[in-house]
Amino acid sequence: MHSILKTSLAALVAAGVTASSVAADGHSLSGELNIISDMSNPAPRAVMEGMAADFDALHPELEVNLTIVDREAWKTQIRNALGANPPDVVNWYAANRMRPYVDAGLFADISDLWAEPAFDALASTKGAMTLDGAQWGVPYTYYQWGVYYRKDIFDQYGLSEPTNWEEEMANCQVLLDNGVKCYTIGTKFLWTAGGWFDYINSRTNGYDFHVSLASGEVEWTDPRVRETFANWRQLIDMGAFIDDHQTYSWQEALPFMVNGEAASYLMGNFAVAAMRDGGLTDEQLDFYQFPVINPDVDFAEDAPTDTFHIPSGAQNMDAAKEFLRFVTSADVQTEINSGSGLGQLPVNANASIDDDKFLAEGFDMLSNNAGGGIMQFFDRDFDAEMASVGMEGLQEFMVFPDNLDDILMRLEETRQRIYN
Amino acid sequence: MSVSPAVPSTRANQPQRGWYKRNEIAITPWLFLLPAMIFFAVYVIMPIGQSFWISFHEWDGLGEKTWVGTAHYERLLGWGDANIDRKFETSFWNNLRWLVLYLLAIPAGLFIALFLNQTVTGIRFYKSMFFFPFVISQVVVGLVFSWFYLPREGLLNAVLGIFGAGPVNILGDPSLATYGIIAAGLWPQTAYCMILYLTGLNAVDPEQVEAARLDGAKGHKMLWYVILPQLKPATFIAFVVTIIGALRSFDLISVMTNGGPFGSTRVLSFYMFEESLSEFGFRMGFGAAIAVVLFFIMLGFIAYFLYSMYRDEKAAQ
Repeated sequence: MHSILKTSLAALVAAGVTASSVAADGHSLSGELNIISDMSNPAPRAVMEGMAADFDALHPELEVNLTIVDREAWKTQIRNALGANPPDVVNWYAANRMRPYVDAGLFADISDLWAEPAFDALASTKGAMTLDGAQWGVPYTYYQWGVYYRKDIFDQYGLSEPTNWEEEMANCQVLLDNGVKCYTIGTKFLWTAGGWFDYINSRTNGYDFHVSLASGEVEWTDPRVRETFANWRQLIDMGAFIDDHQTYSWQEALPFMVNGEAASYLMGNFAVAAMRDGGLTDEQLDFYQFPVINPDVDFAEDAPTDTFHIPSGAQNMDAAKEFLRFVTSADVQTEINSGSGLGQLPVNANASIDDDKFLAEGFDMLSNNAGGGIMQFFDRDFDAEMASVGMEGLQEFMVFPDNLDDILMRLEETRQRIYN
Repeated sequence: MSVSPAVPSTRANQPQRGWYKRNEIAITPWLFLLPAMIFFAVYVIMPIGQSFWISFHEWDGLGEKTWVGTAHYERLLGWGDANIDRKFETSFWNNLRWLVLYLLAIPAGLFIALFLNQTVTGIRFYKSMFFFPFVISQVVVGLVFSWFYLPREGLLNAVLGIFGAGPVNILGDPSLATYGIIAAGLWPQTAYCMILYLTGLNAVDPEQVEAARLDGAKGHKMLWYVILPQLKPATFIAFVVTIIGALRSFDLISVMTNGGPFGSTRVLSFYMFEESLSEFGFRMGFGAAIAVVLFFIMLGFIAYFLYSMYRDEKAAQ
């Protein structure tokens, strides 16, 4: 797979797609370009190595040095990496997750890059890259969230994709009566519960309310927040979620779906690869958009964006910017997000989407049926401390829904400390 | 005719003794101590001072520090009008649970050591098997036990199932999870104490045992009045390493529950890590305040150890 990717990327290079933009600059890049990437899983790693090699081949006088760091480890290492002797390009995440580094002046302002005409094709993600009126990085991939379900189990019990909350609950009741759990989930690492909150809250109260809550403008004890939890509780009280989910990671929760003990999974598109590895075929697997709860609010969708940034202490700013142009260009975007690469959605509007039913459905959903807005995800939209305290509360709520008052009081205490 | 001096001057020939030579006795010990002192100062004393300093600031680890005085301590310990920090309260009690229950490793280690202190074929093999859990990494111990505790597939529930007991999810139950982790920690710690006692038993004077036997001592009386007093140095070391082990319980918690469910298995060191160094932790000042509190708790134990060592040495003189 790796070599196929490399050859095809090399073909792009030969076509001179990106070479033209270099020629336009009127000077060639030289020196070293140091990249630290967190794309450590096998497929992303191959993609990243391919990109670095091709960028290196494009610029003969430039030496591209790529360091790949474990994805989880990078979340804490980035602080040290940006501090002393920083690299020229790093991976990170969009929205509020950038905040600490932007505030500390460690990410370079690249608004000039976004002002270039070529970046108009990335307009849909500009908001997620903007803090304090400037842009601090570029996206390279994103993916939809939604409900992945076992079509064969749904067919067996004569169920169809629910479009509203009543149908959702009715479906769930049928499944439970037949001894199948409606949803699998693993909340050991907390964030999976954040996805549920994002969806139920934005479906109940709308995108704007969700954003105000994320930015600390609304109290956690607000009746509208309670309404969200009341809706969530309906599912919990039914026993819709698998038992003991607080003990599992999201991967450990997968076998429930693969074995048919649970029918669906609210997840990001990255889970599809794992489900296919688990032996589920595309005939057994399908996808639907999280159903309507309150008909008065528009759909808002979670679509987390992964990004590249230039540290403000970068030594080779020109080469770094050129690399960001390269990564976001339509052809590279098509290539790296294809099924043989990342298997996700390209950020460039001119790029084409790989022929994969989940990607096609996801892209259609995000382009035509997400009128409310695009959320980045609970842990990227909320302040870091609020997110960690919040997700812990969400996990507790899913296990002991009776503790809700206490949980909300705790979250509210945290909100007041952070935002006042 | 030249006149030679009456007394030849020896002074010029004999070099003056250097400053170092003159002060050799006084200085040399300090020279030998110097490397250790420098390292101790740079890696221990200074970081302690820095922690105190940072704990009085609000700092995200990246930008500028802002002085907030004792605000972090007020929040942590509930001074003034603030309520005591609930995460701190949980962590503190968990730390105490660890300290008390971890000491079970000492009698357990002693028991196994007495059991293994015999000469039968292959005893070396048995000893090394018992010592095995201490050799493997704590992370592996944590993983093995978290599989052991798994609610459906785990061995523990399979065994309980044989006796008709219902499935328990130890690591998912906030009231049991800490005890589950401590049990996992006791496995390698018992092996450690066992080795300490095995070496201690080698040093037990056979003549005293013989004499005690002639006086009619046997069974637990023999153990309590003859063997155990001779094992006192081993017990002391076992006590010290177990207390230190209990305070270093970070890795098992991180692997087995990651502080969860809902933070019920946090201890102070894990809480400190979470606040200041983890994925969402940008609160260096608050983390440092936790570290300072933990430091004083440890200081209590260290002072006790130093005092008892001092007392023993005095008694020996």
